[in-house]
Amino acid sequence: MNYIWLALMVISLVVGAFTGNLGAVTAAAVDYAQTAVDISLGLIGIMAFWLGIMKIAEEGGIIKILSRAIRPISKFLFPEIPPDHPAIGTMLMNIIANWLGLGNAATPLGLKAMKELQKLNKSEDTATNAMVVFLALNTASITFIPMTVIAVRAKLGSANPFEIISTAVFASTCATITAVTAAKLMQRLPGIRKSDPNRLPKTTEEGDNNA
Amino acid sequence: MLNSFVVAATDTVQQFAQATAGTGDSLFVTIMKGFSNLAVPIILFVVVVLGFFKKIKVYETFIDGAKEGFSVAVNIIPYLVAILVAIGMFRASGAMGFFIKILSPLTNLIGMPAETLPVALMRPLSGSGSLGIVTELMTKHGPDSFIGRLASTMFGSTETTFYVIAVYFGSVGIRKSRHAIASGLIGDLAGMLMAVFICHIVFG
Repeated sequence: MNYIWLALMVISLVVGAFTGNLGAVTAAAVDYAQTAVDISLGLIGIMAFWLGIMKIAEEGGIIKILSRAIRPISKFLFPEIPPDHPAIGTMLMNIIANWLGLGNAATPLGLKAMKELQKLNKSEDTATNAMVVFLALNTASITFIPMTVIAVRAKLGSANPFEIISTAVFASTCATITAVTAAKLMQRLPGIRKSDPNRLPKTTEEGDNNA
Repeated sequence: MLNSFVVAATDTVQQFAQATAGTGDSLFVTIMKGFSNLAVPIILFVVVVLGFFKKIKVYETFIDGAKEGFSVAVNIIPYLVAILVAIGMFRASGAMGFFIKILSPLTNLIGMPAETLPVALMRPLSGSGSLGIVTELMTKHGPDSFIGRLASTMFGSTETTFYVIAVYFGSVGIRKSRHAIASGLIGDLAGMLMAVFICHIVFG
């Protein structure tokens, strides 16, 4: 991430200087900082709503039922997570929300799942293998009705706005399989294995170390 | 609660009927739309009712969970500012043009129209940015042209990788993402290539 971020910054500034877009680059920085805050704060309501519902679901045992239901798949994708851990059920709900194109629900459920995964993490600031696999499922996410682009197609007078569903589902399924496979293979590379927080000795339970 | 559920369900059934009668949507689309519209009401109903039968104080428990909504959203801010600012600057600088020049000989080789390359490059960086490009392409070439269909497929085939990584990791304070970006981008690349491939077969 360090290198990517650095590269984006340096390339923008250098190219901006050469093309005379430097003013626009600076303006964009200010603009997007504001956008980022708007997006984050915009999540508060929907986030609180789903976290509340999920808490009831958890205590009512629904999450556990879901977790058990997909045991064969989760054992393969997330071998390091106990099969009836709430993380599994929450991740399943996030994936289903993605499939159905429920963007409003998918993000809060995904963040709830991250929270559960973080409980199993021995490190404060380093991603576990399970997190990377979960992110791979999400970044390539399959959507059965990509509503945004369908709406644009309809507005522009397409004869059949939905005709791209099958091609998009095919491409995103391939993308998902590739991303998960890549995550699974890369976690075996020596350099990446070394940074696996699960290899750390069990840390003492200290809640106050959140610098 | 129950009342609004009934209203939502009736609405959905109506939409269902309209969808099947009028527009000639395929059965698959109709079914998936029905699922999407009903999923949230059903989840809410099952969770709340089951919670009640399990003798959970549903209201208190909801408040307990919902309390954390604020802190999760606030935790994301620094991560999202960092990535969106960098991406915004990158877009404004016009650096994308250089990458397109460098990569265009390659895309011609695999039968990908040069016009759609910006979609592929922008998709992992910015959802609104790539949607803008897709819209522009469809306005210019028509939504039912090969370029329009390919661009739509590309947009629908992956998520905005950098946004997802910033938000998901940001919410729990993960700064060292290890191989998450690499695997996400490899997935995006596969999605884009497969979009070209399948569009040639289906629409070519």
